[in-house]
Amino acid sequence: MFESLLLVSTKYSLIVGFAVIGLTMWFSYWLSAKFTRGRVHGSAIAILLGLTMAYFSGAFTGGHKGVVDIPLLSGIGLLGGSMLRDFAIVATGFGVKIEEIKRAGKSGVLALFLGIFSSFIAGAGIAMAFGYTDAVSITTIGAGAITYIVGPVTGAAIGASSEVMALSIAAGLVKSILVMVVTPFVAPLIQLNNPRTAVIFGGLMGTSSGVAAGLAATDPKLVPYGCLTAAFYTALGCLLGPSVLFLAVRALLPG
Amino acid sequence: MIIYGVSLLAICTLVGISIGQVLGHLLGLPANVGGVGIAMILLILSGSYLNKKGVIDPKTEQGVEFWSAVYIPVVVAMAAKQNVFGAFSGGAMAISAGVTAVVLGFALVPVLDRMGKEKTQASTSISSPSTDRV
Repeated sequence: MFESLLLVSTKYSLIVGFAVIGLTMWFSYWLSAKFTRGRVHGSAIAILLGLTMAYFSGAFTGGHKGVVDIPLLSGIGLLGGSMLRDFAIVATGFGVKIEEIKRAGKSGVLALFLGIFSSFIAGAGIAMAFGYTDAVSITTIGAGAITYIVGPVTGAAIGASSEVMALSIAAGLVKSILVMVVTPFVAPLIQLNNPRTAVIFGGLMGTSSGVAAGLAATDPKLVPYGCLTAAFYTALGCLLGPSVLFLAVRALLPG
Repeated sequence: MIIYGVSLLAICTLVGISIGQVLGHLLGLPANVGGVGIAMILLILSGSYLNKKGVIDPKTEQGVEFWSAVYIPVVVAMAAKQNVFGAFSGGAMAISAGVTAVVLGFALVPVLDRMGKEKTQASTSISSPSTDRV
């Protein structure tokens, strides 16, 4: 019997995804209303639940793709994959006012550069504090703090060891997960409640998944503004990481 | 028809992502350069153009709005497929590198917000964020 059920779930994987995620959403909104009186947003709880499930799946299956490694739930990979994610993000742009983007444009570009430099310095500084002394490792770990894509791309370009690359991916993952979880709680403190700060936030954080989920849990109206700048972040990071940033680290290191 | 809206969204997404991919290739980067952002701008521009022409009826709009509404569930699914276990088994260094980057990022939001405002406040009046759709 289990096998025939498994057959249905693989054949109709996306439908299973809709059902499971729908139920998760319902449960999260119920938790939000019942125990926090709506103070903690339902979508924030849902994202947290998703991450928790991903943690345990990783712990039990030893895989790298969260709940997708559980055969019954493989459809969640399609639903939460980059294809549908990008499609849905673009759709949120339909309500955007072009004047708002124009007004925040310059700050958005500035935020992109500042975000990349500050994340890189944070990552590189921590790497040095943990005893790394060679420019290649320091740069790769710093690049990982930009995003988990910039880390390995930079590492591969400048010849980092696979161990350091894995660390840089982990640093980027921690960043993206943290942005997902913490943003709705920090938002009131940093005035993240209007299109302008959302554009800046997207540029400073840059992790597409973190920004997408963090803003969704804060205020869905802000999503397109943040994702617009975040869309350029990883590419800019890949451009600067193996070039400007690596050369800067090499020049600044003693010896 | 609803499919017109879905199709408009699909065309904008494909064109935007393709431009981003080609840009990345031209710059020699293994990444998509702003594809989602370009697609979004295409949708905003074509949406408001077609709207002015009176081509977009409420049904067409629903085709886009459905996907915009499905966005949060998609993000929850995305969260559920992250390598959370891998992130936290990366050790103290990976965790503190990620945490420091995030703290710095949050701290810089109000700084940048203020910087831009001081310059533009004289010329443009700050309007309240509005919620109406294009």
